[in-house]
Amino acid sequence: MDTFLIGLAAATLRVATPLIFGTLGELFCERAGILNLGIEGTMLFGAFVGFAAAGATGSLWLGLLAAILAGMLSGLLMGFLSVRLGVNQHVSGLGITLLLTGLSYFSYRLISGEKALQPTITPFDPIRLFGNLPVLGPIFEQYLLTYLAILLVPLAWLVLFRTNFGLKMRAVGENPEAADAAGVNVYHTRYLALAIGGGLMATGGAFLSLAQMGTFTFGFINGRGWVCIALIIFGNWEPFRLLGGALLFGLVFALQLRLQSTGLQLPYEVFLALPYLVTILVLAIAGRNTAAPSAMLKPYRRE
Amino acid sequence: MVAIEMKGITKRFGPVTANNQVDFRLEQGEIHALLGENGAGKTTLMRILYGLYSADQGQIFVNGQRAHIVSPKDAIGLGIGMVTQHFTLVPTLTVAENAVLGYIKSFGVNPHSIQLDVKAAADRYGIEVRPSALIRHLSVGERQRVEILKSLYRNARVLILDEPTAVLVPQEVDVLFETLNRLRADGMSIIFISHKLYEVMTICDRITVLQDGHVVGTVKKTDTSQTELATMMVGRETFGVSRQGERPQGEPLLLIDNLCANDPKGFPALKGVSLEVHTGEILGVAGVSGNGQSELSKVLAGTLRSTSGQVTVASENLTCRDPDCFTAARVGRIPEDRHEGMVGELTVAENLALENLGEFIHNGLLDQKKIMAHAEKLIAEYQIKASPNDHTRILSGGNMQKVILARVLSRSPRVVIASQPTRGLDVGATEYVRSKLLEQRDRGAAVLLISEDLDEVLALSDRIAVIYEGRIVGILTAKDATVTKLGLMMTGAREAEHAAIQN
Amino acid sequence: MLRFKIEKAPAPVWFRTLIPFIAIVVTFIVTSVFIIWAKANPFTAYYYFLIAPLSNPVSAIEVLVKGTPLLLTGAAVTFAFASGYYNIGAEGQLLAGAIAAAGLGMVLGPLPALLNIPIMLIGGFAAGMLWALIPALLKVKLAVDEVVTTLLMNTIILFFISWLLNGYWRDPVSHQPQSATIAPSTVFPKLVVHSRLHLGFIVAVLVIIIIYFVIKRTALGLQMRSVGLGKDAARFAGVKVGTTMLIAALVSGGIAGLAGVGEVAGIHFHLISQISPGYGYTGIIAATLGGLNPLGVGLAALFIGLIDTGAQTVSSAMSIPIYLGNVVEATLLLVTLSMFVLQNYRIKRV
Repeated sequence: MDTFLIGLAAATLRVATPLIFGTLGELFCERAGILNLGIEGTMLFGAFVGFAAAGATGSLWLGLLAAILAGMLSGLLMGFLSVRLGVNQHVSGLGITLLLTGLSYFSYRLISGEKALQPTITPFDPIRLFGNLPVLGPIFEQYLLTYLAILLVPLAWLVLFRTNFGLKMRAVGENPEAADAAGVNVYHTRYLALAIGGGLMATGGAFLSLAQMGTFTFGFINGRGWVCIALIIFGNWEPFRLLGGALLFGLVFALQLRLQSTGLQLPYEVFLALPYLVTILVLAIAGRNTAAPSAMLKPYRRE
Repeated sequence: MVAIEMKGITKRFGPVTANNQVDFRLEQGEIHALLGENGAGKTTLMRILYGLYSADQGQIFVNGQRAHIVSPKDAIGLGIGMVTQHFTLVPTLTVAENAVLGYIKSFGVNPHSIQLDVKAAADRYGIEVRPSALIRHLSVGERQRVEILKSLYRNARVLILDEPTAVLVPQEVDVLFETLNRLRADGMSIIFISHKLYEVMTICDRITVLQDGHVVGTVKKTDTSQTELATMMVGRETFGVSRQGERPQGEPLLLIDNLCANDPKGFPALKGVSLEVHTGEILGVAGVSGNGQSELSKVLAGTLRSTSGQVTVASENLTCRDPDCFTAARVGRIPEDRHEGMVGELTVAENLALENLGEFIHNGLLDQKKIMAHAEKLIAEYQIKASPNDHTRILSGGNMQKVILARVLSRSPRVVIASQPTRGLDVGATEYVRSKLLEQRDRGAAVLLISEDLDEVLALSDRIAVIYEGRIVGILTAKDATVTKLGLMMTGAREAEHAAIQN
Repeated sequence: MLRFKIEKAPAPVWFRTLIPFIAIVVTFIVTSVFIIWAKANPFTAYYYFLIAPLSNPVSAIEVLVKGTPLLLTGAAVTFAFASGYYNIGAEGQLLAGAIAAAGLGMVLGPLPALLNIPIMLIGGFAAGMLWALIPALLKVKLAVDEVVTTLLMNTIILFFISWLLNGYWRDPVSHQPQSATIAPSTVFPKLVVHSRLHLGFIVAVLVIIIIYFVIKRTALGLQMRSVGLGKDAARFAGVKVGTTMLIAALVSGGIAGLAGVGEVAGIHFHLISQISPGYGYTGIIAATLGGLNPLGVGLAALFIGLIDTGAQTVSSAMSIPIYLGNVVEATLLLVTLSMFVLQNYRIKRV
């Protein structure tokens, strides 16, 4: 039983990692007033670019860097479409997801050919934070990126609530007219938020290919991008609650995986569907009273 | 010492001259009122001073130096701040965060230190704020103080307040006045735009009255009276309603009883409006904009739910009913904003048919022939310069209004609600619309005219009601309406003074 | 020298109708980059993409087969959007229709085909409507964003399908995660022998024509358009805005459900989890490309069907990964969206 719980805890952290990156990334976008539905595609793109770059250069860190840059480009593309051109955010985000997904699979096929064996790279090694301690040791045997993800949560909170940029971001996401009147450049602020968000999202994807799996395959992200969208609503747009939501989801996911292998006949799909159902419930109950940034989804045009 | 001098300011918007050779001087350390009706040019003048508009002619001097102000940034740099009715505050941020937004240049923002900073600035000027409070938890009065504080934080020495008491309850008005007195004592110079006489007389030192874009006069408070100011504000050469003799009063048809409603922000805008409109008359509702006309118009259109009170036409209760019920009750509604009455991307023919689609259905499908015929007939009758398949958005303002009129009046309504019917129209279109309204009255309809254009109300109405701060403060027949009486009612003169005039 | 000025006014009509075509050209120029990266000749590739599939009857018919679900999902998205409702949930509503068809296909066996086919269609339509209900109600009553809710519903139904296929509906014959084969009397008849073209194609074309009529020629259509183009003015004129939007959303869901029925009863004959490779989302591309005009959307859907078929041809003839089709479609969407912004500007000579 002990080993079960310890294994569960460790798995929770692993599963939650890409979610934390993705959710924080989306948080930056939404707080600045942009609903970025390109997250699913950006995470996949980050996974692929990271993998391909690592394979090409032989360096995992270069691969990660390439993934981050790719994510930032994705964010800037979203910025161009929704901020500069004022295109409907829903459709442009979906378009980016479709584009980056197609692009990732296309490029992967091109690079790897039709070989039966998937190319792999040597992934990151997990790092033991607590050495050989009985409980904490095995739980905190995680990849560097996982520790980074956890650290990013308070960091994101600091940026959002304790920096000038964060202040501008929050203003721009709530009331861009007021921000503009106060002298804040609404467009630049949104571009920057999208770039940061894109980089974070791509890192989440890169975690899967560079650390957890060491490879890239089809159906990699598998809807995790949409989970992030749900988690933000669930966590009411606040970094620490998002962490809680991501860990909760990770726990549920890891749990149902383990329960499956024990042969228990549980409708594990119910567990998987739960976060989505709860999110719809949250939306129905909170209605218009969520902490959703008020200017989200409205392109800003200075008359 | 002269803080601000504006010389010979002229500003045109197309054919309209909003400011005509306006001279304005603000002494240092005074509270100076800008008084006038809608369209008098007060807001335009101040927007020029704040850099939102640029004057076609004229010069501005700040502290004796010639100033070129092309944007609010320039104005702020010269120490000029402006507080409008639309607050530019971010509701989810604190007072302190709103004050420093866009102004501080540091990388980090420590809430504690900016709150101390902001509190210090507020204390310096004697302004009561709570720096750590979230804007959305603040009352309107507090929010306004934050807006003022924003300007002070940026070292403003001249403050422009545009209708500051429009959104405040009486207690908050007192607090505002205390604040302004303290600021004046500190050497601040304040421009106070208003149409509310008793407030102006309470707080201001000097008053400049504008009418129709030019200055009527500048007086010291101590040298004048509410009556004189009202006359200056509203007085016109051609005063007199061209009535064609007395008409016998018909039956009351539209009954509005103690109507209450809220504005979009949730604050009460109609506070118990009661009116009766009889058949064969035009009842004009006069008033300076922002006193509830919008909400009255929307409630009578069926697009805003009243919070209490009743609206009845004949014996039909239309309180809180949908717009189609109004149409079914033969109430014709002309909306305040043309664009809220016409779907721009639909054609003229489609818009003309939209209110009564049921009549244009044949075998389950739209009877295109009938819709076209209907449109052609109305286009001819109402002299609309458009063809049935034109998208209404390409029509001129006048023609759009004619389409609305055609849709509404061609059904021979028994009640007509006309809100700002000639706003933004040229002379020809204005004449046309007014003649149509008179036609309806002669037909026997009960017409309620809500208009911020006093000339229009005077020209058309059989009786005139004045709305002020959400209530009807008086109803006069056309015969009894004088400039003074109307002016005083529109500007909220105290009951005592008003009664004195009556005698 | 002539000087021009760009002003914010509606662009001339001829420009607006040309936009989809300009978008197609721009897209192909942009995607040439990837073709070149794959060490292939773009012109040859486009030949295989666009011309080759139409050059022989077998692949030309395949274009129609691939276009069938897109005609329906495109129609669904267009119908909803006429009223201003963004139905991103077409994917999930399609799956709901597929579930209904698979389920009905398992129990309707004894009845004659003449009865079954309409029942399948009605059942699929109803299932699609049902799956569209919650997001639609949340939008109309509580102003909850319909895009997020429909996206969530799309994911939830995938789990539901997985649960069904791994449990109650697991095929007793093959023990694979797929439902039992539907009864022969519930299968859609083929329109052309030895091809995959089935009744669903006729249904799809009919639906396009019907929604064209509804939107352009009925009172409901006019009310829907007024809500989509000017909600406040529509409300002022007495149109019941909430009800109209609800109807649009529900009918849209039903149409998407029909697409699911087609895939089960016409192509796969049982339910599998990958029954839709994103038809619901591709339908959005068709709707956008077609300018949200039903006839244009129909053409766009067939065009995308052509691209899908072409991608297969390109892939086998030139060993370019088949995903090029997805890349082209997504690029087409983004380019079209960007260009539609241009329709709000006009160049004037100064």
